[in-house]
Amino acid sequence: MAQARSNRPLSPHLQIWRWGPAMLVSILHRVTGNGLAFAGLGLLLWWVGAIASGPESYQTFLDWVWLGTGGGLQVVTALLGKVVLVGLTWAFFQHAASGIRHLVLDIGAGYELETNARWSTLTLVFSVLATILFWAFVLLR
Amino acid sequence: MGNGTSIGRVRGLGSSHQGTHHWLLSRLTAVGNLVLIPFLLVSLALMPSHDYATVHAWLSKPVPSTALVLILINTFYHARLGVQVMLEDYIHEEGGKVVAWLLVNIVPFAGAAFGIISVIRIALGGA
Repeated sequence: MAQARSNRPLSPHLQIWRWGPAMLVSILHRVTGNGLAFAGLGLLLWWVGAIASGPESYQTFLDWVWLGTGGGLQVVTALLGKVVLVGLTWAFFQHAASGIRHLVLDIGAGYELETNARWSTLTLVFSVLATILFWAFVLLR
Repeated sequence: MGNGTSIGRVRGLGSSHQGTHHWLLSRLTAVGNLVLIPFLLVSLALMPSHDYATVHAWLSKPVPSTALVLILINTFYHARLGVQVMLEDYIHEEGGKVVAWLLVNIVPFAGAAFGIISVIRIALGGA
C-alpha cells in the first residue's frame, strides 16, 4: 500500500461500476447492521435498564426518546427518538431480509444475474412495506 | 485452500487459525435473531400501552424475560461478530487495530451483562 505510485492501472472502485440493486443491498446490510448494533442495542440497554431502575427512570426514558414532556431539549430528542425508532425498525427489516438472502446465497443459490437483482430489490421493497405496516399497526390500532 | 502446508490444509483453520468458526457463529446467531426479534416486535406492538406498569408486568413474566435474556446474548454476540468484520475492513493502522480489538472484545460483553442483570432484576421482583 505504501509503495510509490506508478502509472499501472488501478483496480476499478465504486464510482466505476454502474450501481445495481445487489451493490445497494450489500452496503445497506453493513450500514443497517452497524446501525442496529450501536443505536439499536444502545437504546435496548437504556430501555431495559430504565425499567429495572424503576418508574422514574422509565419516565425519563420515555420523555427523552418519545414524549418530550420536559420541553426544551427534550422536544428535539423526542422527535429524533421517533426518527431513530422508525429507522431502527426499517434497519431490522432490511437487515433481516438481506440476511435471509445471504443464507440462500450461502447454499450456492441465487447467483444468476436476474435472480440476484430480483431478490435484492425484493428485500428493499419488503423492508419499506414491513416498516409502514408495523408503525401503522402500532400507531393506528 | 490451495496454499499453505499439508498439516495446515488438514487442520483447515486457515491463516486466522479459526477456520469457519466466526462465519458459522454469525449464521447461527442470525437464525436465532430471526425468531427472537420478531417475538419482541410483535410483543411490543400488541401491548395495550407502553407505560411503566404494563411494560414491567410483561417483562417480569417467565417467557418474555427468558426471551429478552436470549436476545441480549444473541444480538450482542451477532453484533460483535459483524462490527468486528466492519472494523477489520476499515482500520489498517496497528494502533487502531489494538483499540478496535479491545473494544470489540469488551464492550459487547459489558453491554450484554448490564442488560441481562437488568432483566433478572425485573424478573425476580427486584424492581
